[in-house]
Amino acid sequence: MRRRHGAGRRYGRLAAEAAALLTAAVVAFPLYWMVLSALKPEGEVLGDRPRPWTSAPSLDAFRRVFGQQDFARYFLNSLLVAGTVVVVSAVVAFLAATAVTRFRFRFRTTLLVMFLVAQMVPVEALTIPLFFLLRDAGAYVPGIGLNTLGSLILPHIAFSLPFAVWMLRGFVRAVPETLEEAAYLDGATRARFLWRILFPLVFPGLVATSVFSFISTWNDFLFAKSFIVSATENSTLPMALLVFFKDEGNDWGGIMAASTVMTVPVLVFFVLVQRRLVSGLGGAVKD
Amino acid sequence: MRTHSRWTPWIYLAPALVLLGGLLLYPVYQLGLISFLEYTQAQVSGGRPTSFQGFGNYAALFRDGQFREVLLTTVLFAAACVLATLATGCALAVLLTRVRALPRLALMTAALGAWATPAVTGSTVWLFLFDPDFGPVDKLLTRLGMSGFDGYSWTYDRYSAFALVLLEVVWCSFPFVMVTVYAGIRAVPAEVLEAAALDGASQWRIWRAVTAPMLRPILVVVTLQSVIWDFKVFTQIYVMTNGGGIAGQNLTLNVYAYQKAFASSQYSLGSAIGVVMLLILLAVTLAYLRLLRSQGEEI
Repeated sequence: MRRRHGAGRRYGRLAAEAAALLTAAVVAFPLYWMVLSALKPEGEVLGDRPRPWTSAPSLDAFRRVFGQQDFARYFLNSLLVAGTVVVVSAVVAFLAATAVTRFRFRFRTTLLVMFLVAQMVPVEALTIPLFFLLRDAGAYVPGIGLNTLGSLILPHIAFSLPFAVWMLRGFVRAVPETLEEAAYLDGATRARFLWRILFPLVFPGLVATSVFSFISTWNDFLFAKSFIVSATENSTLPMALLVFFKDEGNDWGGIMAASTVMTVPVLVFFVLVQRRLVSGLGGAVKD
Repeated sequence: MRTHSRWTPWIYLAPALVLLGGLLLYPVYQLGLISFLEYTQAQVSGGRPTSFQGFGNYAALFRDGQFREVLLTTVLFAAACVLATLATGCALAVLLTRVRALPRLALMTAALGAWATPAVTGSTVWLFLFDPDFGPVDKLLTRLGMSGFDGYSWTYDRYSAFALVLLEVVWCSFPFVMVTVYAGIRAVPAEVLEAAALDGASQWRIWRAVTAPMLRPILVVVTLQSVIWDFKVFTQIYVMTNGGGIAGQNLTLNVYAYQKAFASSQYSLGSAIGVVMLLILLAVTLAYLRLLRSQGEEI
């Protein structure tokens, strides 16, 4: 683009930059306040004058959180559920995305439309039939009934699939068909091409996609609340968070510390994949 | 290209289809089925046989004044969330194209942070920010001279409670819009813009005639995603208004269905509400698909 360095233009840009920085500060403020309140001593959190800094940072709130019965266990449960969902749904979605982008077959368009429609289904509404389904399934297959981690893993795999397939299509399509032909000319089997050539090439896209399945699983609190009826040892983090809400007054320091503990893994995951995420979204919406 | 067996794509699709069939399609069918039955605690425990009600549950639902109000509230609330999210996201995306690397990085990072925050923790944090006793917002507003906010409880009043939830929803969902639209603007080839500028087109004209049309598909996608997400807001309402607000003043369809089913064991009414939601979102989706088709997009 042509550059004109008029004074008005420069002021315009400075104003825009000031606005951007101010917005960034406002957007980041809740997270800053969360971490800050987690580090404040209890007297300051529940004090009359909330200050945007603390002179006596303490880890008391975190101690209360981890001292709470089974909190570490809830944390591991959350990790286990989210980890399993990410890996399984990535592999399953990769296969499905390959099928719908690399092959022409009857009902292909119908299937694609169904993947799109499946994303609209209000998951929360399905809690009711899923509750009964898992209750009945538990009688036959012990690992997936109510009160088990399987009852959280299975529905989340299913619900993250449609979006993952939809988003992965762009990544699979980006791999040139000539590569496929060359691989077969070199005598590669279909399985070999799929796992040794296509899979590594699509992997960045898989990582970007997995952010969404990770987040939706990690965040979930409805399924955890509904399906883990009595076996509290199989609860996940969001449940542990709500323990600090009390009728006689909320332990805000504890809530903020537990919130921090719950937010950090997602933030780390996000920071690791953010480049790929942005290009992945570009790919998903452009194709 | 090597000829594949006719069944190869179906083998690849099999795991996905089995999972979706068992855990999505079948539950949807069950949801519909339960909505036509009488299904309460008595039937669940086997104390009484289930009986077919036809559209009885739906009739009961639409006779229920609270349901009609919740339905209207949900539509209005979702519309407000979508508009606010889109306006914020698009405005900030344009802003991002006008600034140098450092402010851009700052805004991007902050936005990604908000995006990554789980809905549960986002809700608790915003609740704490607006807490009447210990939150900084009320204190700040009071300090700024608005004494009415001294110890003001945001969740007590129906509209301020919705406003608080809306703020949280916009906070955690504008980054998706911003990042996507920004990527879309950046994808407009520089040569095209340059050519337009050389032809003497004004900034506004370039936006109208070049950038906006190229952004259309992206805008359609983010709008649809926002509609779907915001119509289904559950966690924020549930956590921030403690399950739907005082006397259910902040109920939305999703929370209402959940409360009907799991709090008062009226599973068939809860399912009927779920079906109504499903149909509304289905209508939105179909409208979207038609829009895509009319624009000549291939899926």
